[in-house]
Amino acid sequence: MIEVRNISKRFGKVVVLDNVSLTIENGETFVIIGQSGAGKTTILRHIAGFFDPDQGDVLIDGMKMNGAGSGKKRMLREKMGFLFQSGALINWLNVKENVALPLVEHKLGTKDEIDKIVDEKLSLLQLDDAAEKMPSDISGGMKKRVGLARAIVRNPEIILYDEPTSGLDPVMSARIDELILRMQRELGVTSVVVTHDMDSAYRIADRIAMLYQGRIIECGTPEQIRESINPYVRQFVEGKLTGPIEV
Amino acid sequence: MKEIVRNYQSDIYGIFSSVGERMLYQVKFSGFTLILIFNTFLQLRYAFSKRREIIKQMYVSGVKSMMVCSIVALFGGMILSLHSGVELKKWGQQDVVPILMINVMNKEMGSFLTAIILTAFSGAAMAAEIGTMKVSEEIDALEMMSINPVKYLVMPRIVSMMIMLPTLSIYTIVLGVFGGAVVSYFQLGLTFEDYYHRVYESIWLKDMYVGLLKSLVFAVIISSISCANGLMAQNGALGVGRATRISVVSSYLMVLIIGYFITSLFYGGFM
Repeated sequence: MIEVRNISKRFGKVVVLDNVSLTIENGETFVIIGQSGAGKTTILRHIAGFFDPDQGDVLIDGMKMNGAGSGKKRMLREKMGFLFQSGALINWLNVKENVALPLVEHKLGTKDEIDKIVDEKLSLLQLDDAAEKMPSDISGGMKKRVGLARAIVRNPEIILYDEPTSGLDPVMSARIDELILRMQRELGVTSVVVTHDMDSAYRIADRIAMLYQGRIIECGTPEQIRESINPYVRQFVEGKLTGPIEV
Repeated sequence: MKEIVRNYQSDIYGIFSSVGERMLYQVKFSGFTLILIFNTFLQLRYAFSKRREIIKQMYVSGVKSMMVCSIVALFGGMILSLHSGVELKKWGQQDVVPILMINVMNKEMGSFLTAIILTAFSGAAMAAEIGTMKVSEEIDALEMMSINPVKYLVMPRIVSMMIMLPTLSIYTIVLGVFGGAVVSYFQLGLTFEDYYHRVYESIWLKDMYVGLLKSLVFAVIISSISCANGLMAQNGALGVGRATRISVVSSYLMVLIIGYFITSLFYGGFM
């Protein structure tokens, strides 16, 4: 279970998160929506331990991530996979080497065993044909799938997705959504997804939270969000230019 | 009048604020670089398991820069011996040129020239490569996989530089002295045999180990400053460009300053 308890974060004079609290249950797909710059990725980075909040706590299965030493952070991160917005593939390694990287670096098996695991993950994400290609030779959608294959190669309990469908065509977006659902169905992972793509959010979410100016202004099931009477939520989900949100 | 005073106050506040910010950044950067060097030495125990990466970096930072090193060393040596030789010849002292060449190359110019070349050639590449990885979230991805970026990226680069800079320094010294021999033969009327005989007689062990020590220190300075700048890069391509530029300038300055203190420590008073 992931618990975000009353966290606040400020960068310089800008308050990015203001007393935010969230509880994400095991096996749940939790989607955080909001405008660009609303602080969505900042929450994800707090959960991953890249940022420490100015106040409040982030707990992963009851253990505090903020303020943890490098050893404890490493242990907590072993439970997690992170799909970065750009894929964040190491550019001098091919697809297969990128996916195998965590296993090779931590010596989690013989070469044959690692090859078998990597082939399995590549096959799950329909990347068998791209195994020998370099990151510069594959499309944005493929990079995200390779990033996802690398994120799940150690069978994490939690996967954090940072804008998994941004910059993708609708078909590829639907495919990534299907993969996120498959991760939950087949591997039982807890997913935290940051997006501003509402179609995607409705497709994959068990619960959706909307962040506005550093605060959670609404949290509920996709149906509850769709039928929300909060004018900020309505304007955002309907993509209207007029309303209380300043554009 | 009050408005003018207020504007002056605002300007003075702005200047102090900007200077203070820069000073704080420099302190932060220096601390970060020192911790990075310390962490790299802690990671040296994994050097054998990272031998492939170290060899790859040795090729990139060392072998690929050999052509530039060769030209700079050869012509540097030729210029040095030509300038000094022409003046000394007026006094009939051209026989001193071989002694001058080996002393200057061994004590100072070998390590200094190589450090300058490798700063431009490899240091800039290191800062740009790691900076690009930083702004494209690859460093974060490594941390998320519990892979230590110092072990995976920084240690192989620093170790390879520590091997290649002293090696290339020796190469630079040999070629520089050879350049001096060519000029001495064609312009100053010295024979090759005489030149090398005098060079051989003037090689001192102390000059050699001080020169190599300098190369080793320069290697740590250049690679750690470049990697630290890369790791602190932010704000996309602009930040990578800034990190690269600062890494080259800082490395040059530190090579000069530290070079002086090492020379001073071994050959003169401390200051």
